Amino acid sequence: MLRLEYLYWLVGAFLIATALLNLRERNFSIAAFWLILSGPFVFGDAILAATKQGQSWPAQAMGIGVIALGLLAARGHLRIKADGPGEQELRNESAARLGNRLFGPALAIPALTVALFLAGKFMASRDIDLLDPKNLTLTALGLASVLALAAAFRVTHAKPIQSIHEGRRLLDSLGWAVLLPMILATLGGVFAATGVGDTIAALTSAVIPIDSRMACLLAFAFGMVFFTIIMGNAFAAFPVMMAGIGLPLLILKHDADPATLGAIGMLTGYCGTLLTPMAANFNIVPAVLLELPDQYGVIRSQIPTALTLMAVNILLMAVLVFR
Amino acid sequence: MPDAINFWPLLGVAVVVVGFALRRNPVLVVVAAGIASALGAGISIPDLLTLLGQTFVENRVLMLFLLTLPVIGLLEHYGLRERARTWIVGFRGLNLTRFQVTYLGLRQLLSMVGLNHVAGHPQTVRPLVAPMSEAAAERTLGSELTDTERATVRASAAATDNVGLFFGEDVFMAFGAVLLIQGFYARNGIFLEPLAISLWALPTAIAAFIIHSIRIRLLQRRLERERAKAEGTNNAAS
Repeated sequence: MLRLEYLYWLVGAFLIATALLNLRERNFSIAAFWLILSGPFVFGDAILAATKQGQSWPAQAMGIGVIALGLLAARGHLRIKADGPGEQELRNESAARLGNRLFGPALAIPALTVALFLAGKFMASRDIDLLDPKNLTLTALGLASVLALAAAFRVTHAKPIQSIHEGRRLLDSLGWAVLLPMILATLGGVFAATGVGDTIAALTSAVIPIDSRMACLLAFAFGMVFFTIIMGNAFAAFPVMMAGIGLPLLILKHDADPATLGAIGMLTGYCGTLLTPMAANFNIVPAVLLELPDQYGVIRSQIPTALTLMAVNILLMAVLVFR
Repeated sequence: MPDAINFWPLLGVAVVVVGFALRRNPVLVVVAAGIASALGAGISIPDLLTLLGQTFVENRVLMLFLLTLPVIGLLEHYGLRERARTWIVGFRGLNLTRFQVTYLGLRQLLSMVGLNHVAGHPQTVRPLVAPMSEAAAERTLGSELTDTERATVRASAAATDNVGLFFGEDVFMAFGAVLLIQGFYARNGIFLEPLAISLWALPTAIAAFIIHSIRIRLLQRRLERERAKAEGTNNAAS
């Protein structure tokens, strides 16, 4: 079986290569950043296995690494390397020469992800584990990227080492933003462990008039949005708001329909995801990837859609939930 | 809960809000928030480090998209974005609205059948959708975009991808969110079929498509109007 761990090792190797290239150019703090970040990919399974056996120093070392990453990120600043002389002309010339063949490898990433996903599903139904069934789409995406790289070599006739240089160029320009999704998910885990969600739910249910079903519904909806904005993830907000307001007040006390409340309530939380820098992989990383001057540019572009849709969702719930 | 509620873990939330408001480095803010929340909850420093390290490792799946960077970088070096532009300009009758609304619908349909990671910001938006949107906008406006216009069009491309992904994924197929909802109810003694939940995501999915399509149309109108105004002042000045 192609375990997800093999793909992690590949990510680790890419990060180490980027660190070495930076080291050669004497960008020490950037090199250290990528080197530390390679840790979870190279040693990830070993760290988790050690913790399971009650040995906590590897995880603690990683914890110190996380703090070091935070300090290193604060030192570095995002910068996009300007084009070298003649690079734009080179790109225009090669775009004209290679034409639509360039689309092949780019579209191979989504196409192969679909194909591998379906193949994986099919094999799993026959009890053959070709790809990790628990993380099927992501394993498929990782494998598709590797295969697309091979296709890109065929089309461009580039040397393999050049893909490392070009990947490193993108990775360096993403800088610390690349780490945000993972570090925010970590914060979500810490918040769950420290009971932040329960405290907020207890606070809200203490201040709303629980006899009014509309007041409860509004508290639930705004709570989903607010909590998603803080945690950056509607999945984290859902169990908290459900346990605090949804289940005891709306469903048990006011007879709300669970299926409708759950589905539209979750989507109301998604409106919050469109609004928050905490959902970094959707809102901050693309701003950096697309070289926008304002790191909140994507969020700004989403605000009207998010607010209108939130209002629509609340209306839908008010009409559909208390049937 | 037997004891009175401990409010100190909320310190972490306060650190997040203040840190983002002061525009400090987000990674540093988040690490500090985690430490503040854990200390507030009375977790000892060795346990705090274990918690940080372990949850960090457990979430590494989120970084798998890094594997797309060498391919995308290589293709970009050989002119992928330039080619995407030329290709889209070749279509007659294509404008920014038509292009982005088509992408929105496509993205929603893909995520409806569970293919969330097929498209995305590194895989498709940066190399294809953003340059194609720019080219479509240039066709619509009749000349090259200014830097502000370019940033607006790119931001709209990213926003369209997000809206398409979020408001398609819960419909029809039992994936992530729907299973989370079903699991929560099941633990609390309410048993539902995943399909019974996911069908209720359909009204919102349709609303999202309509609302965001209108917004893309309005964006194009705004760009056209601003162009007309700018040209008006230029003509008046000359």
